[in-house]
Amino acid sequence: MASGNILEVENLRVDIPVASGMLHPVRGIDFSVSRGETLCIVGESGCGKSLTSLAVMGLLPKTARRTAARMDFLGHDIRTLREREMARLRGGSISMIFQEPMTSLNPSYTIGNQLAEVYLRHVEQSRAAARDRAVFLLEKVGISSAGSRLGQYPHQLSGGQRQRVMIAMALMCGPELIIADEPTTALDVTIQAQILHVLADLQHEFEMGMILITHDLGIVARVADKVQVMYAGKTVEEGPCEAVFDAPMHPYTQGLLRCIPIPGKTQRGERLGSVPGIVPNLVGELSGCMFRNRCEYASEACAEMRDEPTRMGDGHAYTCLRAPEEIAGERQGAGGTL
Amino acid sequence: MPAYTLKRTFVAFLILIVVSGLTFSLSHLSADPALTIGGEQASEEDIQAIRKLYGFDRPVHVQYFDWLGRALSGDFGESYHYKQRVFDMVSERIGRTMLLGTLAILFALVVSIPLGTLAAMWPNSIVDRVALFIAVLGQALPTFWFALMMIIVFGVWWRWLPISGHTQWANYVMPTIALGYYATPALMRLTRAGMIEVLASDYIRTARAKGLSPGSVLFKHALRNAIIPVVALAAVWFGFMLGGSIVIETIFNLKGIGWLSYDALLRSDLPVVQAIVLVFASFYVVLTLLADLLNAYLDPRISVR
Repeated sequence: MASGNILEVENLRVDIPVASGMLHPVRGIDFSVSRGETLCIVGESGCGKSLTSLAVMGLLPKTARRTAARMDFLGHDIRTLREREMARLRGGSISMIFQEPMTSLNPSYTIGNQLAEVYLRHVEQSRAAARDRAVFLLEKVGISSAGSRLGQYPHQLSGGQRQRVMIAMALMCGPELIIADEPTTALDVTIQAQILHVLADLQHEFEMGMILITHDLGIVARVADKVQVMYAGKTVEEGPCEAVFDAPMHPYTQGLLRCIPIPGKTQRGERLGSVPGIVPNLVGELSGCMFRNRCEYASEACAEMRDEPTRMGDGHAYTCLRAPEEIAGERQGAGGTL
Repeated sequence: MPAYTLKRTFVAFLILIVVSGLTFSLSHLSADPALTIGGEQASEEDIQAIRKLYGFDRPVHVQYFDWLGRALSGDFGESYHYKQRVFDMVSERIGRTMLLGTLAILFALVVSIPLGTLAAMWPNSIVDRVALFIAVLGQALPTFWFALMMIIVFGVWWRWLPISGHTQWANYVMPTIALGYYATPALMRLTRAGMIEVLASDYIRTARAKGLSPGSVLFKHALRNAIIPVVALAAVWFGFMLGGSIVIETIFNLKGIGWLSYDALLRSDLPVVQAIVLVFASFYVVLTLLADLLNAYLDPRISVR
């Protein structure tokens, strides 16, 4: 692993006891983020991507159990930190932006209060400095007349404005790492693009590492340095953004990419693809490739396969029994649309 | 906010007028006050004379407006039985009732909010079950029975507390607990339900993601929001504590207006009953109004609607 990494996670697992047994929503995933780098974690609902981010933050539900071979953040071993020490990192060096801007701000306090609060907790006890920082960041995230906004309550702001406030809040203490869990999913399409630009610009400006969790491949293509595709709690494919988009190896990644129109490639009137079937139940003992019941290439061997990724160099890797040559040959045959 | 307050105050005033009209007509329809005043030995002529003297021979609505006109200037008439000014009788005793009601609602809040919060922090834990037990007990035990049990245990057996009167602070201990315990279950369960809902909300997750201290998450972010419906309910219960202290005041012989209303009802002392009902109604109306204003203050979204 590169030495510039600010976060390194190996073999992260999350287990949640449920009525029917043990649920395994995250089943051993590795990832790392370096300063200024954007890692996109992609996958459909229920693949464990949100729980992965909550596991890093130490914000999993009480009943969930987290295990990992390694979870290092800036020299801290997150696995062994006490809650009190973890709380010092949260909001200070690691910030999180959530999916639901409409409900993520406390309705009873002004946004100025909520912005200042995190600064006063982690940086310094100076209301004036906290206020200045809040105004500076509100302007940065594109909120007009920022000074007078401080006295407003969340219900006086639109969804897009609230998400801008959430971004500003996440940046209050100058974090090293920012985790954004589907930050634009709940917003209008036009607002989505703006919010994403704000986020990407500020990430570059402040040289933060960012983990962006999304199911929107259009977003990934625009901002990601690295992509990690999750399916049923595991990484099925990972690599540099261009490599994964240009030459997707795993059938699931290929399926996802067929679902979105690509300007210049998708013909008018051409049907977009879909990935048929549903995510399998992740309760109890699980073995083999979990995608096999939805995969057009599935064979009996898939039920037995172990998670040994096929590495292609430059960090691109995928977990599938099909050989790189086979997939590449097929891509040639299909005329290179994928 | 001022417009909201003004509107609510006007509505509150209308409610009081309607309540007074209703009690007036109901009490004059349910009993002939002249018969009560005259007593069992009164002859038909005596009764007629009493009717004329007190103005009962006039139509009810005329009597009502006559009463209302005086009441608005603070004259609530004279007690048929005690021959004292009702205003003096009520104002002499109202302080005791208000003290008891205030102590009772404070007792209820001091018990129910921490207990409800603890129960919500660990649902289905032993703490939650103990809280539930206390709540069910409070709901199930009739107030008068609970009050009598306290008198037997603390007043008669152990002799820790006086069992009647209103002259020293110790007189208020048992009535406060008996009355306040009655309001505890509802307030505690509402606190618990509100806290459970709020603790699962997105903004609490945000507060935790900001690395705030557990105390700040719990008290600043959670309790403030969970308490909003509790405030409204507590105001209604406060009204009930003030107006519903009739039984408790009677049991403990604590001579507030609850006791007075019991006494006046037994004697069909209508001017006294009428005035006390109006006082109780005012308690409710004023407290509901205060609760709404307090809610508007606690929840900035309310006054906008």
